[in-house]
Amino acid sequence: MATLELQGVAKSFGATQVLREIDLSLNDQEMLVIVGASGCGKSTLLRLVAGLETPTRGRITIGGRDVTALDPSERDVAMVFQNYALYPHMSVFDNMAYGLRIRGMSRGEITRKVEEAAQLLGLHPLLARKPRQLSGGQRQRVAMGRAIVRDPKLFLFDEPLSNLDAKLRVQMRAEIRKLQRRLGVTSLYVTHDQVEAMTLGDRLLILHEGAAAQLATPMQVFEHPADTYVAGFVGSPTMNFLPARLVRDGTAAQLEAGPLIPLQGHRPGDAVTLGIRPEHLTCGGGELTLTVDLIEPLGSETLVHGRVVGGDDEAIVVKVPGAVAPTETIAVSVQVGHVHIFDHATGKRIDPIA
Amino acid sequence: MRNRPDYLAHAILILGVCLFALPVWLVFAGSTQDSDAIMRGELSLVPHFSNLSVYTRVLTTSSMGSQPVWHMLLISLGMALAIAVGKIVISILSAYAVVFFRFPFRHVAFWLIFVTLMLPVEVRIIPTYTVMADFGLINSFTGLWVPLIASATATLLFRQVFTAIPDELVEAARIDGAGPLRFLRDIVLPVSGANIAALFVILFVYGWNQYLWPLLVATDQGLDTIVIGIVKMIGQETQTDWSAVMATTVLALLPPVLVVVLMQRWFVAGLTEGEK
Repeated sequence: MATLELQGVAKSFGATQVLREIDLSLNDQEMLVIVGASGCGKSTLLRLVAGLETPTRGRITIGGRDVTALDPSERDVAMVFQNYALYPHMSVFDNMAYGLRIRGMSRGEITRKVEEAAQLLGLHPLLARKPRQLSGGQRQRVAMGRAIVRDPKLFLFDEPLSNLDAKLRVQMRAEIRKLQRRLGVTSLYVTHDQVEAMTLGDRLLILHEGAAAQLATPMQVFEHPADTYVAGFVGSPTMNFLPARLVRDGTAAQLEAGPLIPLQGHRPGDAVTLGIRPEHLTCGGGELTLTVDLIEPLGSETLVHGRVVGGDDEAIVVKVPGAVAPTETIAVSVQVGHVHIFDHATGKRIDPIA
Repeated sequence: MRNRPDYLAHAILILGVCLFALPVWLVFAGSTQDSDAIMRGELSLVPHFSNLSVYTRVLTTSSMGSQPVWHMLLISLGMALAIAVGKIVISILSAYAVVFFRFPFRHVAFWLIFVTLMLPVEVRIIPTYTVMADFGLINSFTGLWVPLIASATATLLFRQVFTAIPDELVEAARIDGAGPLRFLRDIVLPVSGANIAALFVILFVYGWNQYLWPLLVATDQGLDTIVIGIVKMIGQETQTDWSAVMATTVLALLPPVLVVVLMQRWFVAGLTEGEK
């Protein structure tokens, strides 16, 4: 149980800069999810904390102890790998006990700890089996067990659920969360799946091209995305983006297609990008008229794909509760207060001036 | 799919078996027959089982000043084991260094090992002899096997095996706190067990069949290997005790055959199994 602190941590492989000056601070017992597209440096960040890579610059502190120059084994961290990395020739018991044996723990103590973890994870009947005799979900549990028995200061998860099928993933996701809460171990969790990130994290760190795009709670990220990248990354279906211009002293946005969208408060700026989530568009009697391309019924709701009439062919997705009858065009209105405004040039969020 | 036996395939297989087995059978049959009859070319395909005593005779008694066969078998066994084990130990260590450690000139080291593939024993036999002579190892058991234990082939094979070990496994062990030697012992060796067994079989047979080097380095009769012994027994045509030569040959065949048969399961697994 400890805090984790990263100060100006950067990493380059040769001339390629993978991580740029990351500052990060985890509270005790917090679960922070690092999320981003592949190649954004999220796994590298995790490996730096684990000690499997050495940072080019910066300092890493775990529980107040500078570990930047320490070996992985001296950092008191445990890691769960994407493909589990179980020792193929060892039984489940030995897999979990290996780290303890190396630390010179007594035989009785090892048995007690492993059995305790096995009980917690429902692995008891499998202790004598080899990894190849286990299913994917069971292997994942063993990998978790191996991390738990060590009582580490920090759990590191490297996309632990991406090799599981969809149903099992949802189940294991909930299990990991419950377990982490129960054990109260500070955790760093890397994933490319935004749903996993939203459901698991106390806070999210969204990485984009090696830099932190936003660090906030899941709801803050969802409701106040810091830039167009974050806005497009979080939420499904993706947020709609429309080029616009701020008019009337920044209290309304004029779409290129013509319609005027009223805004709450007034904002500085001129050329902007308007961001509206599909669920914040309502069918009928509104500012926008769409030519309908495709109607996708999902059961409880329907997705309407269309394009703004008179616009520059921008694709728009509307999420409507219930069913939608086939139609050529559809009128939609924007829910006031759910419009995000981003600077057109930099993509940064523009908040209303109080 | 087909229930009808494939007669052609079986015929070819049986022919193949005959091609391999017939000479061996001839040697066995010949070992129980009269040397003069063999000289006259009257070798019968039917062994005379009453003459099996030739085996105990060659095993225990020495002929023409040479060692008895049991002694030569022992020397061969010792040499083959030393070569096989030595080659495996050295090549595992060098492959381990090349695969898991980042050190200056790592690639140079690897290529140097690779290049020695082009220098078999026969090519470097004179310099090797000089070196052994300088060490005073001529006519010693150590001299028989030490120059033969470096192996580029085995190093390359283990390099392939070790490279196939997933990075995550290495990292998991590092986080678990395993040092390099511990990782080698606890993870790398058990995981490559089947490959080690397969290589042992090949190298044992290789060591057992060594001829040129033992002939050169050990002139002392007490160090004669079984292969050398057989050649020495073939003297002047008329004086050669052919049944004894053939009995010795059969005895010389047994240990490698035994090793192959006993280790067949691991041997096949080691050469075919890709899963790590």
